[in-house]
Amino acid sequence: MKPHQNPLPIQGASIIRAFEEAGIRYIVALPDIVTCETVLWPLSSHPKFMFIPVCKEDEGVSICASLSYCSQRSVLLMQHTGFLDSVNAIRAIAVDYQLPVVMVVGLQGAEADRHPSDSDNVGIRALGPICDALELQHTVIEHEHCSVSITKWIENAYDESSPCVIFLPYPPK
Amino acid sequence: MKRDEALKTLARHYPSGIVVAVYQSAFDWLHIRPHPLNYFCTGAMGQASSHGLGLALGAPGEKVVVIDGDGSLLMNLGSLVTVANLAPENIFHFVSQNNMYEVNGKFPIPGADKIRFDQMALAAGYRHAFCFDEIDQFDSKIKEILELKGPVFVCMKVQPGQFYPLDYVTIHSQKTRSNFRNAIKTRLQSKT
Repeated sequence: MKPHQNPLPIQGASIIRAFEEAGIRYIVALPDIVTCETVLWPLSSHPKFMFIPVCKEDEGVSICASLSYCSQRSVLLMQHTGFLDSVNAIRAIAVDYQLPVVMVVGLQGAEADRHPSDSDNVGIRALGPICDALELQHTVIEHEHCSVSITKWIENAYDESSPCVIFLPYPPK
Repeated sequence: MKRDEALKTLARHYPSGIVVAVYQSAFDWLHIRPHPLNYFCTGAMGQASSHGLGLALGAPGEKVVVIDGDGSLLMNLGSLVTVANLAPENIFHFVSQNNMYEVNGKFPIPGADKIRFDQMALAAGYRHAFCFDEIDQFDSKIKEILELKGPVFVCMKVQPGQFYPLDYVTIHSQKTRSNFRNAIKTRLQSKT
């Protein structure tokens, strides 16, 4: 399966705007090579967000979960390797407890000519089936016209008190 | 000192604030200080300090006491750096150091006779760190400690005391989580 043909890849600024529009206040993150330049660096000094750098991704799952009890919205930015490393925390805290943990995950090494589900990289190819097995809602965002759906995914997570994963296969512009 | 003695002492000086507790300390605390602001839903081992950090940031006007385990903290040592870096003044990170995975077969933790958790916390950047193995010392200092600006770290070197049942059902129940959510919402609304 080839990615949808669209002349406009998603913009880092659009992702940040989507976070703002969804009422996100806290950015919890580890650096991810896919999102670092155009999303993480701008967010780290953005006046509308409080930036929470963590040492390991599962810390972030817990921080986002506990912030939700205080009616505070957050997103956790990480690389797919960190997602894989944190599966038990995601399962126990986000899925079992049904908490609105929103994960934005960069796919390091995703090939530009194919969908992540067809990747030669088993770590990337397995992400969708792992989410399905966990009954964890997920989506892949590639293009600028999809940026509005980021806001919707976040709002839905908080409205439904359920976790979700937004995969970004390519570096935003 | 016995863990139940230490926790009863803490409860006497901290009767109604937010507490994140894990494993055997959670089972003890559930009976020693039943309260809707007890937060037991940490889910995965090692995550107490991270849940406590989120609560401390989300409820900056409230003190947050974390009662961690030694084996648990060893699974999330980076959180010492994360907490110290953000440095919320309202977080008080206690560790029950019994040198074993008590609810997992009483197997010893690695390095049990060498670890200095209080020194680790200071090296990570906590503002204050203490270590107690005598209940009288702990009792005489705890009030003062709870008035300090955080992040504060307190290592409690403990032995098992009174046995409390391993009530996993209550710890992980939806009702416990709902009670906490409602209690913190009420507490935060009362301060706005």
